[in-house]
Amino acid sequence: MKILVCISQVPDTSTKVVLKDNNTAIESNGVTYIINPYDEWYGLIRAIELKETGVASQIDLVTVGKANTEPVIRKALALGGDKAIRIDVESNDPYLTAVYIADYAKSENYDLILCGKESIDYNNGTVGSMLAELLDMDYIGFATGIQIEGTNAIVNREVEGGEETDTCNFPLVISCQKGVAEARIPNMRGIMAARTRPLNVVTPSAVEPVTSILSYELPPAKAGVKLVDPADMDQLVKLLHSEAKVI
Amino acid sequence: MSVIVFVEHDGGIIKKKNFEAVQYAAVIAQKTGATVTAVILGNIADAEIEKLGEYGAQKVLHVEDKRLDELHPRAYTSAILTAIEKENAKIIVALNDINGRAVAPRIAIKLKAGLLAGALTYPDLDKGFVIKKAVYAGKAFAYVNITSDAKVIMLMPNTFPLVKSEGKATIEKLAVNFGAKDFGIKVKEVSKVTGEVSLSDAALVVSGGRGMKGPENWYLIEDLAMELGAATACSRPVSDADWRPHHEHVGQTGGTIRPDLYIAVGISGAIQHLAGVNGSKTIVVINRDPEAPFFKAANYGVVGDAMEVLPRLTEAVKKFKLHK
Repeated sequence: MKILVCISQVPDTSTKVVLKDNNTAIESNGVTYIINPYDEWYGLIRAIELKETGVASQIDLVTVGKANTEPVIRKALALGGDKAIRIDVESNDPYLTAVYIADYAKSENYDLILCGKESIDYNNGTVGSMLAELLDMDYIGFATGIQIEGTNAIVNREVEGGEETDTCNFPLVISCQKGVAEARIPNMRGIMAARTRPLNVVTPSAVEPVTSILSYELPPAKAGVKLVDPADMDQLVKLLHSEAKVI
Repeated sequence: MSVIVFVEHDGGIIKKKNFEAVQYAAVIAQKTGATVTAVILGNIADAEIEKLGEYGAQKVLHVEDKRLDELHPRAYTSAILTAIEKENAKIIVALNDINGRAVAPRIAIKLKAGLLAGALTYPDLDKGFVIKKAVYAGKAFAYVNITSDAKVIMLMPNTFPLVKSEGKATIEKLAVNFGAKDFGIKVKEVSKVTGEVSLSDAALVVSGGRGMKGPENWYLIEDLAMELGAATACSRPVSDADWRPHHEHVGQTGGTIRPDLYIAVGISGAIQHLAGVNGSKTIVVINRDPEAPFFKAANYGVVGDAMEVLPRLTEAVKKFKLHK
């Protein structure tokens, strides 16, 4: 079984957002970049587990980004994966990202494509489902567990107010979240091995953009907290009712 | 021309957030001189479907096929595309939720449409087709212009208050030619927690952190949530320690929520947690540490021990409900 894991480079979760260029861009200077946690902790690690148990024969990693994303894709390779593909273009539009990845993947015959449930920067959570459409595959989102039996995937996924177990034949795209795998730390052997694993740079296909980001804005500052006496919760309820009007 | 809105239902009951989507589509239709057609799938009574008229749907296309009671993303896509072609629609509205994410992106690909996931405003037509959305889980907002001819918008639930009208919708049954691969996913088992308010569309949320000291104290959170009719949530350390199920985890690496009221108990307010909840309209922080960073993001603060404050607050809510 051949697996493709989608890897997105994102700012570290502790990043404070600073705007620049008259609010048309987000400052990247001084920002630490990481592998999108959902891609790493769940998608990538589950793929590695499937290879360790002999279920998967090959794991490829793909990212869409310029050369500055290479340290992050190398870090992903240090966790595991046979080779990485970097599609050499910057994209913050899920449609373009999906088309770039699909155009690469369509001749590779992947059985399973894993991605995180969303990237923590643009929070779209739509690339996996778009990939499935572009590659004529099924898609299961918000997975919390993935087992493989032959050519069949057994997937637990979140539904509103609970969980569902689905089965589906390959080829299949699954977006992953907590529960799919346990986080790991790359070891020295992995880090050394990652240096020799191929990282192929691919030219993106030509696609017309369908969206553009005009500007950014920071959330308004809160007016300041109103403290309520811990002995007087009637007062808090009163404020929530008559002032905040939320109950 | 028509704006198409995809309406979900939960076992034949249409939830509030779906009326929000219909109302949102109706406002866009008004702005663009179009009509609103809702698409609803699976087993649901006409009496329930008719309610969509009260929020602006003029027509409802109902695909009566009980296989659609389960989520089949490809079959849903086929059904909605049939409606789109029939109505010659260029603007498609869905919700930014689990089912919306499984279906709307496929439709965007089919239509070669720009997609906006998590709309917080109506499109600004003076500047193109510009919609505001949260990025970095709410640490910032982006103004995104959809430049393609066809447009797919996924509305963030609990963004616009509902206004009921006298409108009436006509219901038409829609036949769909499903593709050979449309039902490739087999649903083996569904386990739903009943009676609880689902977190993603809850108006009120009570959330606990490490300050709750252990899962054995969670009844205090649950008691308050029950009195308020609120959903329960938790911080990442609590979900990591398995005190609570992980779907309750809110924050940058968990769920993002935007309730009317978020009550955070024993949560210090790390930047990652704030990112997931700072879209809440009102935030109450209960923490024994007056230096907890969460107080800076709160509207109301209570400095005190959760074990003492929570029962008091639950009692106060009970009293309030009796005298309302």
